[in-house]
Amino acid sequence: MNELLAEYLPILIFIGLALGLAVVMVVASYLVARQRPDTEKVSSYECGFEAFDDARSKFDVRFYLVAILFIIFDLEVAFLFPWAVSLGEIGMFGFWSMMIFLGLLTIGFVYEWKKGALEWE
Amino acid sequence: MVVQALAFYLFAAVVVASAMMVIAARNPVHSVLFLILAFFNSAGLFVLMGAEFLAMILVVVYVGAVAVLFLFVVMMLDVDVTQIKHGFLQYLPVGVLIGLILLIELAMVAGAWVAVPEAQSVAQIPFSPGGDVTNTQALGAVLYDRYVYLFQAAGLILLVAMIGAIVLTLRTREGVRKQSISDQISRRTEDSVEVKDVPSGGGV
Amino acid sequence: MNIGNDILTALPEIFLACSAIALLMLGVFRGEGSSRLIMTLSVTALIVTLGLLLMGPTRNTSAFNDLFANDGFGDFMKMLVLIGAALTMVMAQRYIEREQMARFELPVLLLFSTVGMLMMISANDLIALYMGVELQSLALYVVAAIRRDTLRSSEAGLKYFVLGSLSSGMLLYGLSMIYGFTGTTNFTTLAEIFANGGEVSLGLTVGLVFLSAGLAFKISAVPFHMWTPDVYEGAPTAITAFFAVAPKIAGLALFVRVLMGPFGELVDQWQQIIVFIAVASMLVGALAAIAQNNIKRLMAYSSIGNMGYALVGLAAGTQEGIRAVGVYMAIYLFMNVGTFAVILCMRVNDRMVERIDDLKGLSRTNPLIALALAIFMFSMAGIPPLAGFFGKLYVFLAAVESGLYILAVIGVLTSVISAFYYLRIIKVMYFDEPSEAFDQPIGREMAVVLTATSVIVLLFFIMPSPILESASAAAEAFFPAGP
Repeated sequence: MNELLAEYLPILIFIGLALGLAVVMVVASYLVARQRPDTEKVSSYECGFEAFDDARSKFDVRFYLVAILFIIFDLEVAFLFPWAVSLGEIGMFGFWSMMIFLGLLTIGFVYEWKKGALEWE
Repeated sequence: MVVQALAFYLFAAVVVASAMMVIAARNPVHSVLFLILAFFNSAGLFVLMGAEFLAMILVVVYVGAVAVLFLFVVMMLDVDVTQIKHGFLQYLPVGVLIGLILLIELAMVAGAWVAVPEAQSVAQIPFSPGGDVTNTQALGAVLYDRYVYLFQAAGLILLVAMIGAIVLTLRTREGVRKQSISDQISRRTEDSVEVKDVPSGGGV
Repeated sequence: MNIGNDILTALPEIFLACSAIALLMLGVFRGEGSSRLIMTLSVTALIVTLGLLLMGPTRNTSAFNDLFANDGFGDFMKMLVLIGAALTMVMAQRYIEREQMARFELPVLLLFSTVGMLMMISANDLIALYMGVELQSLALYVVAAIRRDTLRSSEAGLKYFVLGSLSSGMLLYGLSMIYGFTGTTNFTTLAEIFANGGEVSLGLTVGLVFLSAGLAFKISAVPFHMWTPDVYEGAPTAITAFFAVAPKIAGLALFVRVLMGPFGELVDQWQQIIVFIAVASMLVGALAAIAQNNIKRLMAYSSIGNMGYALVGLAAGTQEGIRAVGVYMAIYLFMNVGTFAVILCMRVNDRMVERIDDLKGLSRTNPLIALALAIFMFSMAGIPPLAGFFGKLYVFLAAVESGLYILAVIGVLTSVISAFYYLRIIKVMYFDEPSEAFDQPIGREMAVVLTATSVIVLLFFIMPSPILESASAAAEAFFPAGP
């Protein structure tokens, strides 16, 4: 167990460094730079006009579709890692079981493609 | 050991704090970002428990895909934050009560934690593989042949999810002019150019 | 591991899944116009699956490392599920064409959902149970919202999805508790542990409670019934008919399998839970239905009540009890399919109507449909000698035999109360002034389904043996030695 964790120590140190550096940069710029806020300075700039409306607009539902299709294939990839690592032990049976799984998802992929879900128009 | 304990408390504290912020943040986008922070730190906790594979999957799938989906959904819905927060205090007592009951139950259960002794003799799979077999290898060794039935069932569920997402959200728009590459490539000179012999002085 | 044998054991499921995939491909390559063809082929696939199931020589076998089990009980319940799914899909075609919701994905999703139900019934492992439930529910969530442009259908789908995932969460929590306290997810091993006097810890009980709550949600038993009326009302009627039959049978079969199989020795632990759920369902089903004006909502409460009666048989926990559950579900299947066939015929001026008042004077405008509906209503009210009476009789007898007198008395009382609203429909049809007549013709397949179901319900008492005997055979699966 501890050997395993020791392998992760560099990552922990790296996260610590990254966090520390980020904090130092933010704090330093806050402390060192001159701060003279002004209503005009902090207002949003839109080509010299007053802002028309809120920048947040509704996203199209197509983004959602792309994201969810991405998740599904992402999960499929998650299944591939243990398979790739242990392919030597599980032999042909394991190989074909993954092929059937991939076949199922390929069917889904063909369906998506034919339906035009992958096109943006 | 000290580093391990410190890391545990750090991750655990950040998970709890960011989970609190997920429901307390005013802006739903901030909520999603706190959720991502919670996922990351849970991945840290998984690593501390030795479940490397789960930790990496948490980062790849949850942080990489699920959180992005949540962001899209939040933006798609154009949530009116003040309206949602409106009934928050009203439901707070009930929520706290349910949380408390669950906590008490968990405490009772944890207090009485005794695995059925007979289970040890009949359980067939070793709980944690010994030696230098990694998590990922141990999973791979059983997932694709011992549990092939469940594995293919998972494939079917993913397929249904795919069909469902398309059935419910895919719309084909009218009047969109698309580029058809195969049409363009297969077009030949004869299809589009006509050579006419124009008699002089006659016009076309 | 003998993969050939495993495939043979699960052949009906594998065949159905493969045909669903093939139909998906066929549909996507032939385009939207192929909806009718896909529906016909789907029904054919269900019938072939039923044939494979009946021909399968496999009794009491398990496959895929004991994750999947075949036994008499499973065969019987799968048969009911397949018949229910096929009949409701036959009825659906005309409706979905008229309502402009003909999409080839609909039958494919229903097939996938049916595969999930078969997996639920055959589950012999906690994880297999969960996978089956998820496959079934996921397809149903989509199907409930298939008319995505109407507010009611998408609301129904969303409600079903949100509450359904909550219940899946509870189910999963319960399963993980059970695993944590016993160290195994396999039903056979669990049963061995408890048969050898394994200690029942508090955590296990909590897990069992959560598991029961999750399953009670899937069969819409009180107190987890809130979604039912809204989903039944909001979903397109043909889909509601599907919801009311096949998933209910599969859910109840899973409930029986989980409680009688691995936890059979723990009757004392779960009996009170089931008694409570049964009483509450019967009461809510009977009382809340009285105030309904919409026939789909009425059927929702009626199915909640019916689940309560079926659970009475489970609460008994005896072989007679399980047989009664089998008989009850078989009769429930035919009564419900028939009633929904009538509801699907309720069209006035090319528009669906679903108020009870729309049935006014049906006996004069359309005497045959009125007669069929009257038969189903009398049967649901439990009037002898119709089938519904026998269903309730066996259930209550089983309860009395295992000493649950109060439960049986409450059951009889609530069925008297519920007779009120069933008979009200008959009164509206036969004694009120006619309103507008329903559109004619109702279609040949509707007529066939209506005739077949009403004849079965009407004449059950003459030839009850096929259903009774197969239900007895089904119940024997949990009592290998036999009393």
